[in-house]
Amino acid sequence: MTAPAFLIRGAKLEDYILEMQNITKEFPGVKALDDVNFRVKRGEIHCLVGENGAGKSTLMNILSGVYRHGTYEGNIIYNGEVQEFMSTRDSENAGIAIITQELALIPDLSIYENIYFGHEIMDGKVINWNQTIISAGEIMKKVRLDVNQSMKVSDLRVGKQQLVEIAKVLSKEAKLIILDEPTSSLNEDDSQNLLNLLRELKEDGVTCIMISHRLKEVVGIADTITVLRDGTTIASMDATERTVSEREIIRYMVGRDIENIYPERTHNISEEPALEVTNWTVFDPASDRTILDDINIHVNKGEIVGIAGLMGAGRTEFALSIFGNSPGYRIVSGSMDIEGEPKTFKNPKDAMKAGLAYVTEDKKRNGLILIQDVKFNTTLANLEALLNGITINENEEIIRVGEYKDALNIRATSIAQTVMNLSGGNQQKVSLAKWLFAEPKVLILDEPTRGIDVGAKFEIYTIMNELVEKGYSIIMISSDLPEILGMSDRLYVMAEGSITGEISAEEATEHRIMAMATKTEEVDEDGD
Amino acid sequence: METSRNIQGSGGLINEVTTLLRTRMRDYAMYVALAVIFIFFGIFTGGSFLSPRNITNLINQTGYIAVLAVGMTLVLIIRQIDLSVGYAAGFLGAMAATFMVKFGIPIYLVIPMVLIFGMVIGLIQGFTVSYVGVPAFVTTLAFHFIFRGLLSLSTQESGTIRIDVAAYNNLSNGFVPDIGSVGGLHLVSLIVGAIAVVLAIMAQIKQRKNLLHYNFEVVSLPVFIFKLIFTGAAIATVAVVLAQYQGLSWTIVIVSIVVSIYNFMMNKTRLGRYIYGIGGNQEAAMLAGVNVKRTMLFVFMSMGTLAALSGILFTSRLQSASPIAGQGFELDSIAACYIGGVSTSGGIGKVGNTIIGALVIMSLTNGLNLMGIGISYQYVIKGAIFVLAVAFDVYTRGRKAI
Repeated sequence: MTAPAFLIRGAKLEDYILEMQNITKEFPGVKALDDVNFRVKRGEIHCLVGENGAGKSTLMNILSGVYRHGTYEGNIIYNGEVQEFMSTRDSENAGIAIITQELALIPDLSIYENIYFGHEIMDGKVINWNQTIISAGEIMKKVRLDVNQSMKVSDLRVGKQQLVEIAKVLSKEAKLIILDEPTSSLNEDDSQNLLNLLRELKEDGVTCIMISHRLKEVVGIADTITVLRDGTTIASMDATERTVSEREIIRYMVGRDIENIYPERTHNISEEPALEVTNWTVFDPASDRTILDDINIHVNKGEIVGIAGLMGAGRTEFALSIFGNSPGYRIVSGSMDIEGEPKTFKNPKDAMKAGLAYVTEDKKRNGLILIQDVKFNTTLANLEALLNGITINENEEIIRVGEYKDALNIRATSIAQTVMNLSGGNQQKVSLAKWLFAEPKVLILDEPTRGIDVGAKFEIYTIMNELVEKGYSIIMISSDLPEILGMSDRLYVMAEGSITGEISAEEATEHRIMAMATKTEEVDEDGD
Repeated sequence: METSRNIQGSGGLINEVTTLLRTRMRDYAMYVALAVIFIFFGIFTGGSFLSPRNITNLINQTGYIAVLAVGMTLVLIIRQIDLSVGYAAGFLGAMAATFMVKFGIPIYLVIPMVLIFGMVIGLIQGFTVSYVGVPAFVTTLAFHFIFRGLLSLSTQESGTIRIDVAAYNNLSNGFVPDIGSVGGLHLVSLIVGAIAVVLAIMAQIKQRKNLLHYNFEVVSLPVFIFKLIFTGAAIATVAVVLAQYQGLSWTIVIVSIVVSIYNFMMNKTRLGRYIYGIGGNQEAAMLAGVNVKRTMLFVFMSMGTLAALSGILFTSRLQSASPIAGQGFELDSIAACYIGGVSTSGGIGKVGNTIIGALVIMSLTNGLNLMGIGISYQYVIKGAIFVLAVAFDVYTRGRKAI
């Protein structure tokens, strides 16, 4: 476990549980961290913010032993002792636990098995399952996970899975917990629960380092906020003494003031509908339930229509079902018109031909081919446009992809750069380029700015504005309330597979949206 | 963040070469392996491995594995596997023999018939994998046994079927007729060699021009010239060595045609892009409008057809169809792919490089045979090299991913 108490010298005015001093880490050709200093007080919630590529994850990977001692310069002083972690195991033994964005749970095992996976409660040489179940129950109570401990993790929604992760690190008696974007995949409610839980853990003396892009949360919860930019520490602010504003943080993050996060656009909405979906009811044979119930939605030319709602409201399923229904749902009833013409699609290809495009929520999983380059990804959905007989006209391809790269300001060394090596924001732009290259009429953007930094967000919004000004239509699915309010002309709210409200941009407020999105909250329970 | 856009900008020539060696280690490894094997066997067989006769022999021997490996490259790129190809080739070869010897069907009918039959076999397996959804490992393992059984059945009565059709046997043993000779060297192979050198150099220069025109990263001029000289010299050496024996074999012609077709398909057509796309990220490819199932079906059909061609080349080479023909071909062809740089996690691979991989594998077989090492030891050695090749692949790609 941790260092003996007598080693914690001079409990002076400030008691730091962790000091990372002069950390420098280089990768071939890149200096990811340059002389970074990072100090965390015992028992505080310390938020670490910065744009993508600023070095947050690298710093945390050094702390947790992913990059072992010797691969970086500088010192880690934890509990008053210099640490030389050679693996994550070492840091865990010292009481440091990291919860990454991709949860490290085993979906087909039960909650209690997951909590004690890797540090089982033993009775001699065999596992003491009775004690495991009892202990798991106690820890679950602490993290307010009020479900049966023998439920499979895969039957829980993401918010509750996150709680299992926290229960797991608590069971290891972690004293310092690092959370990497813990709320990025959570809905508003689950986020609040999680943040409340962190506050409670703080009362119990647990120290948290939280990486987050959601600045609103950061200013709400942080005791200290440290901003990294380009691998250096820009500022460390004590939020207990004074109120730190989001604006101040943004200024440190990007090195300039961003006046308006949501750029202005000329509204030029036509009366003509671009896409109209009526009485859309969809049944999912895999989960044996109706996942979409009588959805009616329309988008006009030149309009940005938002679809707000909580995670699991059925928004992605709706997008997939109209975009050629690749998951193989059963469309029970409903019709779809594009520019006034009725359409039915057998596969995504049909939907593309009719002028739909769907920029997926999870680019890594189903949006991009990461091992291929910018060029390959950009043209994949519309190689027809480059055909010269049966061969692809590669010269034209290079020229046209170059145009898209410039127009969308994709920051890559060239269009031959592998997409894997681009930042999240630039990957998202490649995703957009791919679908714009397919020349759609209606773009469905599913969580277009999740996990990307403020600067890149602004660029994506600007691109969206340019598109609608040119007469494209956009459906934007987003769980980020300020974003959906800032960008939409009109918006729908979904809950539990149906539309629970339609509001114009002027009437919409965060409260109204949340009220509509949670209308049926009482029946919301896991597993059924 | 701006990284240097041109390698030559980041320091002298030595610097560039070391960077290239480090980052492209994976790409160059197969040439190194080939060179090591050639030197090793050159020494331990007292030079007979490097004789023009044996080199010609080696190339003809490589033919039937090379065509299988070409098909396997596509299969592995889309993250599938085909374990049935060995006995499929054996069975289809036996079928060709039976058609010709027992039924007296003429060769110009037999070859297309067998190729089509191979395609149908691929169709059945591909359908089972992509439309029914049985994993390729399971499907093709089952067909491995089915073809093994069918091969035994078709050679049961007669044992080994001897083929007495000269034209057929010529496919793997014959040479392109010569039009004259220069100082005892075959003229045709010298001419073809010279043309190949010119074409290869021109293609590379054109590609470099293109890259420069579009501002892509290129290697510096000295390195480029070295590459040109190296490529030219390699092709020229092969041509001269072949010219010293009987010149250009039909196997080389057939394999070259197959490789050209597949190279064209993979690099220049939509289908090729789709295959790489599916291998890179199947779901993303599907959402980009790629018909994943149909493309997979095509890949298996192409594999079946090439298995038939492999069976034809092999029976032609032995001038007979044996009851154990095709045993272990699947391992050889999969190994050829991995040595040739096909990624074990799919999405990456080049048909041309697979041929080099096939040459590496067959050089081993050939050299070990020349050294008089028994078949049992050969299995052990080849198995070990297979694992090493894959381990090397995983290791080098893992380093790249940082």
